[in-house]
Amino acid sequence: MEWLLSLTPDFILEFALEFWGWLPMWLQVLAENMLYIVMIMVPLMLCVAYVTYAERKIIGYMQVRLGPNRVGPKGWLQPIADAVKLMFKEVIIPTNSNKFLFLFAPILTLGPALAAWAVIPFFDGVQLSNLNAGLLYILALTSMGVYGVIIAGWSSNSKYAILGALRSAAQVVAYEIAMGFALVGVLMAAGSLNLGDIIARQAGGFTSWFWLPLFPLLAVYFISGVAETNRAPFDVAEGESEIVAGFHVDYSGMAFAVFFLAEYANIILIAALTSLMFFGGWMSPFGSMADHALLGDGTHWFILKTMFFIYMFLWFRATFPRYRYDQIMRLGWKVFIPVTIVWIFVEAVMVVMQWGPWAVETVAAVGGA
Amino acid sequence: MLENYIPVLIFICVGLFVGVAMIALGGFILAPSKPDEVKNSPYECGFSAFEDARLKFDVRFYLVAILFIIFDLEIAFLFPWAIVLEDVGLFGILAMGIFLGILVIGFIYEWKKGALEWE
Repeated sequence: MEWLLSLTPDFILEFALEFWGWLPMWLQVLAENMLYIVMIMVPLMLCVAYVTYAERKIIGYMQVRLGPNRVGPKGWLQPIADAVKLMFKEVIIPTNSNKFLFLFAPILTLGPALAAWAVIPFFDGVQLSNLNAGLLYILALTSMGVYGVIIAGWSSNSKYAILGALRSAAQVVAYEIAMGFALVGVLMAAGSLNLGDIIARQAGGFTSWFWLPLFPLLAVYFISGVAETNRAPFDVAEGESEIVAGFHVDYSGMAFAVFFLAEYANIILIAALTSLMFFGGWMSPFGSMADHALLGDGTHWFILKTMFFIYMFLWFRATFPRYRYDQIMRLGWKVFIPVTIVWIFVEAVMVVMQWGPWAVETVAAVGGA
Repeated sequence: MLENYIPVLIFICVGLFVGVAMIALGGFILAPSKPDEVKNSPYECGFSAFEDARLKFDVRFYLVAILFIIFDLEIAFLFPWAIVLEDVGLFGILAMGIFLGILVIGFIYEWKKGALEWE
């Protein structure tokens, strides 16, 4: 910013300041926040576009093919070409559908998937809003996804869509419980709903992150995240061999693209949350080198960890065969919920007895001795 | 503290607006619109739809929804408890232990009753 200010002539600067001061208060707040939101949203949209590219490329290589390689050098422009194609495709609105809800469903799916990023801390203090109820807000917004699915399935008035919506809703709802329990475990360890505090509690390098003491909850959370986003191997909602595409079978063109964007935005969100809550977010794995430019704390660690978990999503899809529906429900209700309840009890005892590695006093005492 | 929520509110509005703008721009300005009867019929593998799609559905989906409400409420109760756990100590564990214990008994009951079975 400094060099930019020194380049601009003084009278423009003065005019800009004058103009800024002259604006009403609410407009100032709005303009400032809009700037930050654009700064979050534009990279996020680019990420979404290139995660779709990465998915096709990585799965391609895993299946010993090349993946997209025609549009642009090595296929790098493929996502742009796809976006342009979808933009010029007709949006078909079926005659029997409920037209308002039919168009509202993708919007309702995309909105929360983007809005959840408002509380994600990219670095110490670098976040749009430092909410004290940050995790609660995230939980609320990720729960909104199921409405989009149900509304889409019901409003398109097609048998495949409604079957897909029912399956998907029951699955999302079942895994949300396991996910919620896993979050309770994180809260107990962190003692705060504030995402910044949750990361601050994990200070001290690789071994003091929550993944170690909360390992069962990490596994439950991440697998539930895969199920929540209806990704393989839990993608019965859109199992193309049975119910073609599930709840969005009747969507085309941009309405479909919005669902698609929301799905990938949710994948990135789950990956980011996993790295925030269990892997220390922007914390460096080398606790003793926190001030080093490259190996120390920084946003690049957050991005690296998030990328790793996105890669896990793609890896799962290339590796595992699809679960049967009764197996999915059994895993959610009969494995994950008991596991999380037991671990919450174990953890509660550990927290109260100050046994956990997260107990700040214990760490300090050991360090002092 | 409440001013922290203004950016969040703006972000939610922007998030919804992005969806609206994309569908409006892509779907109704750039894209062609040539509807015909067959194109606008619901997808049914080439058959024309012979009845309304809003069918009766399996009661187990309804059961899952009811179980979800119970467990989700339980999580809502656990959230504040988890945050103050270090302060309430052993008493907190015992109180929540009784509460969770009752729910676990209910959970075992519905497990034995077969409410969680899918054929």
